[in-house]
Amino acid sequence: MGLTGGLTRRELVAAFLGAAVANASCRKERPRAQVPGALVDRAVETGHRLRPGSGTAPLPRAKEIQNVEVLIAGGGVAGLSAAWRLRGAGVKDLLLLELDEALGGTARSGKNAVSAFPWGAHYLPAPLQDRGPAAKLLHEMGAITGTRDDGTPEIAEQLLVCEPDERLFYRGAWYPGLYLRAGASADDLAQLHRFERRMVALSALRDGRGRKVFAVPLEEGSDDAEWTALDRISMAEWLEREGFTSPRLRWYVDYACRDDYGAPAERISAWAGLWYFCARRDGEKENAGFLTWPEGNGRLVRQLSSSLLPKQHRTNVLVHTLEPKDGGWLAHAWDAQKKAPLGFFARQVVFAGPRFVAGYVVAPWRTARPGFLDAFVYGPWAVANVTLNQLPLGRGYPICWDNVFYESRSLGYVVATHQREVATDVGPTVLTWYYPLDGADVRAERQRLLQADYNAWEALVMADLRAAHPGVDDLVTRIEVMRWGHAMIRPVPGFVWGGARTKAQASIGGSLHFAHSDLGGLALFEEANWHGVRAAEQVLAALGRSVSSWLG
Amino acid sequence: MNRSLLFLTVLVIATCGLVYELIAGTLASYLIGDSVTQFSTAIGVYLSALGLGAYLSRFIERAVARRFVEIELAVAFVGGISAPLLFLCFSFTGGFRVALYLVVIAIGTLVGLEIPLLLRILKDLVRFKDLVSQVLTFDYAGALVASLLFPLILVPKLGLVRTSLLFGLVNGAVGLWSTWLLRPALGEVQRLRLKAVGVCALLFVGFVMGERLTWFYEDQLYADDVVMAKSSPYQRIVVTRGRRGFSLFLNGHLQFASVDEYRYHEALVHPAMVYAPSHRHVLILGGGDGLAAREVLRYPDVETITLVDLDDAVTTLGTTWDELAEQNGHSLTNRKLKIVNTDAMQFLAEGDGKYDVVVVDFPDPNNFSLGKLYTTRFYRLLKRRLAPGGTVVIQSTSPLFARQTYWCVVQTLEAAGFWTRPYHALVPSFGEWGYVLAAPEPRSRVHPLPPGLRFLDDETLEGMTKFPPDMSRVPAEVNRLNNQVLVHYFEEEWRKWD
Repeated sequence: MGLTGGLTRRELVAAFLGAAVANASCRKERPRAQVPGALVDRAVETGHRLRPGSGTAPLPRAKEIQNVEVLIAGGGVAGLSAAWRLRGAGVKDLLLLELDEALGGTARSGKNAVSAFPWGAHYLPAPLQDRGPAAKLLHEMGAITGTRDDGTPEIAEQLLVCEPDERLFYRGAWYPGLYLRAGASADDLAQLHRFERRMVALSALRDGRGRKVFAVPLEEGSDDAEWTALDRISMAEWLEREGFTSPRLRWYVDYACRDDYGAPAERISAWAGLWYFCARRDGEKENAGFLTWPEGNGRLVRQLSSSLLPKQHRTNVLVHTLEPKDGGWLAHAWDAQKKAPLGFFARQVVFAGPRFVAGYVVAPWRTARPGFLDAFVYGPWAVANVTLNQLPLGRGYPICWDNVFYESRSLGYVVATHQREVATDVGPTVLTWYYPLDGADVRAERQRLLQADYNAWEALVMADLRAAHPGVDDLVTRIEVMRWGHAMIRPVPGFVWGGARTKAQASIGGSLHFAHSDLGGLALFEEANWHGVRAAEQVLAALGRSVSSWLG
Repeated sequence: MNRSLLFLTVLVIATCGLVYELIAGTLASYLIGDSVTQFSTAIGVYLSALGLGAYLSRFIERAVARRFVEIELAVAFVGGISAPLLFLCFSFTGGFRVALYLVVIAIGTLVGLEIPLLLRILKDLVRFKDLVSQVLTFDYAGALVASLLFPLILVPKLGLVRTSLLFGLVNGAVGLWSTWLLRPALGEVQRLRLKAVGVCALLFVGFVMGERLTWFYEDQLYADDVVMAKSSPYQRIVVTRGRRGFSLFLNGHLQFASVDEYRYHEALVHPAMVYAPSHRHVLILGGGDGLAAREVLRYPDVETITLVDLDDAVTTLGTTWDELAEQNGHSLTNRKLKIVNTDAMQFLAEGDGKYDVVVVDFPDPNNFSLGKLYTTRFYRLLKRRLAPGGTVVIQSTSPLFARQTYWCVVQTLEAAGFWTRPYHALVPSFGEWGYVLAAPEPRSRVHPLPPGLRFLDDETLEGMTKFPPDMSRVPAEVNRLNNQVLVHYFEEEWRKWD
């Protein structure tokens, strides 16, 4: 069977997931019925109409121009956070436009008869301190139930990831945790211990001004050169330098980088790698764990969106041009559903899309493209939601929230029904399977992502699951796959503290402001949320409204 | 002599031979675990036994056809009873591995004898090169048939025991049939046919009773006779009977023994009932056997009982199986009682009715699913469903065998904002057993005990709260959804006793 580029199933699996999965799952090339399903990404075609020379005619412009006080282009977490902040300040004349058919960006979620499920971001680490905009949002939705004397938040128990939380599949059996302890040598364990002690020490570090070195959002942390120098080397180089050679530890750090940043330690800056291990703790004090919901961060999207009235947001609308006019901005847009042009004039605009889109949309940048735009690198991902008529069986430790295959290039799967308030594990479920295309050449990786069709992704998902769950073929009823071409900003060495990020945050003419997780350099809810609120507060200041900041 | 029919015989005996071999391998990996090792050693032993059989065939010099039929009947018998025999060995004796390899060697040797003998029978009828080619073709074709049938049809449809008996039967039938096929070479056939019929009849009876045989070997895992066994989507339910009455097991864990369950259930139900100012509306979580409900119904002023049990197989058993219905005083068919077959946590989270007394009688927290039913989250949901003045009682494992587990339940209830009154009672089938009476505010006793109790009186009721030093309170963490410490405590502590 030719699947992609004439590869056999076995070759395809070996190329995407590694030889171990291919050996375990494709021993018998016996014909099997394909699981029904589909690719569900739609926005790619519309989005590509932005690109010059994409072969399509330039989009027409509307004759009628609608006035709006504040326009937000982009309905992901950053745009929604900006809207949430503006609504919190009582701004009414507000319009948010989203290209996709649903709000949320990579925090979008879906739902079927069995369960809600995430299409991307699926958890939020509990804030270390009860302050800042993310904590405020969690209060609003009842996820933080109180504040302790030491300033740490009390989190609603049912929202923290239920035990058992994580397990690892290795050569025929599941083991608890994400570090492979089974068969670890004394040296492996000694290195793990030293690594953990090192992270505890780094997480407690303060700079000369008393700022935590690794903080959430990273703007709150230290920008002292002493630490930001770590951004210039890769996490793999840092491990090497510090004498961390244990293959299991390297695997663990690699997994962390691939899971949070979409690329292995050799392609991620050491500063970002260390941030991952140190930002959510302060010395011995750890945060309360991960908050999660069946729909993942779709729950947070719902909370942010609930601040908007129906007339204040539209989906399926692509803002393709922003032109300065009379101290404000003219926004030309395309209604992808009605296939009709739209035009707006806004006094204030928040552009809440990624930099690679801003380069096409902000009209002055088309002729004078700022150099900092080229520093932004985005990694592609595939996410599959797999519906099963019951939980899959496996040997060893029981099924967890996060289930990872040690010998696969995928990130494993998360169980959407894990947080259900029921005490039985009988019945259908949805598993969300993650695969980052983590090669250095992101353009080639994007091609690889889009060339693989449903047949290929179905074969990959099933091969990955089959290796750990014999008999899973009989349980899977449907697979849906989302291909994210630009899933997340990649904190490659030199990016986070290289200057481009700070330059890209500057507003234009006091009326066009920018918000997105890429401005934080890390594709995380807290970054997108913080930059959304920051941009909204710039809008409020420009509109002359005096408000107290939510950022502090 | 019809040659093509003889080759068909080759096909059948080859199929049967491989099926026996697959059964032995599968059984070994079922019962011992480690499927790769078990399968490959079983196959290795089988193949070498084939060689042994082939070697031994040279010592058969006379009456080759007759020996051939006899060997076929022997294969039919040994192969046919192999699976039930091995199951029995597993239940009865410690020597399962020895039995397994003996059976594999016996079958392998006998099957190994078959083909050389057959070749010798046919050597005068067929040219040698055709003979070898055709016999081996059918032999390998038979292996293919077996390897396809076994995983696709036989195991899923029939199970191992009946597959083994069925193929023994087929094998025996071929033996019987070959008494006609080889008639000229056999001499006197009456006795041979009788033997064949005997083997077939034996295996046929076994096949028909196969269902009950499965039951029979489960019997051996329990001390008493198994009188009822069924599987629900959630658990395996087994009832056993001995001289002192009957017992109910869920997934192999004893739930009650009829001889002393009154101690367990009186101690479970009455403290909560006499400490609650009102007991008009009672909720029982778990307790699908109806025995706790029987105790609740001793109070005439009880108006409604809501019994929430996940598994309708258990509540059906308590309703329709006469002996249990008698034991629970037909409580499950009482008009005051309503059965709700749903998840207890979901029931608490999704409803809003209030109850005066809640009896929590779940299985011990031996896995993460059950562990959820002992968390602060669960107890907070429970508190929300209590009427003013309401009380709760929780069966909380043994404070003697699982001391930290027991006190962890107390600690967790307190962390969820409950006042607690821990107590314990001796239930011989279980040992020292622990309960926790709890309420949102401290309470004291307001009602007398009902008449007719066999275990509890006023003095016993007071005495139960005293914990001797070996059961007294030990520090424990709070059991939450995101740590499930209780499951870890439980596993650790019971491991010492098992």
